[in-house]
Amino acid sequence: MGIEGRKNDRMALQAIAFYLLALITIGAGFAVVSARNPVHSVLFLILAFFSAAGLFVLMGAEFLAMLLVVVYVGAVAVLFLFVVMMLDVDFTELRQGFARYMPLGGLVGVLLAAEMSFVSYTVATRGAAAPNETPLANGGAVSITNAEAIGRVLYTDYVYFFQAAGMVLLVAMIGAIVLTLRHKPGVRRQVIADQVLRSPKTGMRVVSLKPGQGIDQ
Amino acid sequence: MTIGLAHYLAVAAILFTIGVFGIFVNRKNIIIILMSVELILLAVNINLVAFSVYLHNVVGQVFAMFVLTVAAAEAAVGLAILVTFFRNRGDISVDDASMMKG
Repeated sequence: MGIEGRKNDRMALQAIAFYLLALITIGAGFAVVSARNPVHSVLFLILAFFSAAGLFVLMGAEFLAMLLVVVYVGAVAVLFLFVVMMLDVDFTELRQGFARYMPLGGLVGVLLAAEMSFVSYTVATRGAAAPNETPLANGGAVSITNAEAIGRVLYTDYVYFFQAAGMVLLVAMIGAIVLTLRHKPGVRRQVIADQVLRSPKTGMRVVSLKPGQGIDQ
Repeated sequence: MTIGLAHYLAVAAILFTIGVFGIFVNRKNIIIILMSVELILLAVNINLVAFSVYLHNVVGQVFAMFVLTVAAAEAAVGLAILVTFFRNRGDISVDDASMMKG
C-alpha cells in the first residue's frame, strides 16, 4: 500500500465519520422536536450538540468543538433539563395541535430545505470557498493551533466585540436573577441598606420631659 | 468520497429546517420552541465554522463564538421568563400569553 492508498483510506475514514456524525446530529435534532416527553427532548438536544461538536472536530475547529460541549452541554442543556424537571406541567395537553400543524410545517420545512440545499450547493461549487478543497482551521498560518489562531484574532481585531460579548452575558445573568428572585412575604430579612442608612437623626427621638410626668407617645 | 463544504452546508440546512419545523408543530409548548431555537443557532454555527474552515479564514469561528454567547444568554433569560410566567399563572401555555399585556 503506497501513499496514495493510505490517503484513500484516510478519506474513507473521514467520510464514514462524517456520515455517522451527521446522521446522529440530524436524527437527534428530529427527535428533539418530535419526542413526547420534554426530558427526552433535552437529552436528544445534548446528543445533537455532542455530535455537532464531533463535526467541528472533523473540520479541525477543535476550540469551537470544546466550547460547544462546555457551553451548550454543560450550561444550556443542563439549564433546560433543570427547568423542564422543575416545572410541573401536563405536557400531553401542550402537544395538542401537533398533527394539525404537521402538514403546513412539513411543507414549509421541505421548501426551506430545498431552497437552502440549492443555495448551498451553488455556493459550495461556485462560491469563494470552492477552490479550497482542504479544510484549514487555523486561518492558513504556518504551524499554529486552531485555538491560537482564534486567540490571535479575538484579542486584537475583535477585542471590543469580545468585551461586548462579556457585557451581554453580564446583562443576561443580572436579568435572569432579577426575573427569578422572589422575596417571600412574612419573612423578616436583614436589609443591609436600611441598616447602613440609619443615622442618629432617624434612629432616635429626643423627647423633653417635664419632671414628674411620663410619656404618652 | 471526499467530504467538502457542500456536505457540511447540507447538514446545517437540514438542522435549520428541523428547527423551523419544530417551532411550527410544537406551537403550544414553549420549552420545545426554545430548544428549536437552539437547534437553529447550532445550524448557523455549523455554517459559520464550515465557511471559516473552507475559506481558510479564522474570523468565522470568532463570529461563531459570539453566536454561542448570545445563544447562552438567550436561553438563560428565556428560561427565567418561563419560570416567572409559570409561577404567576400555573401553566406555560403560549396561547394564554396574550394575557400578559396590561
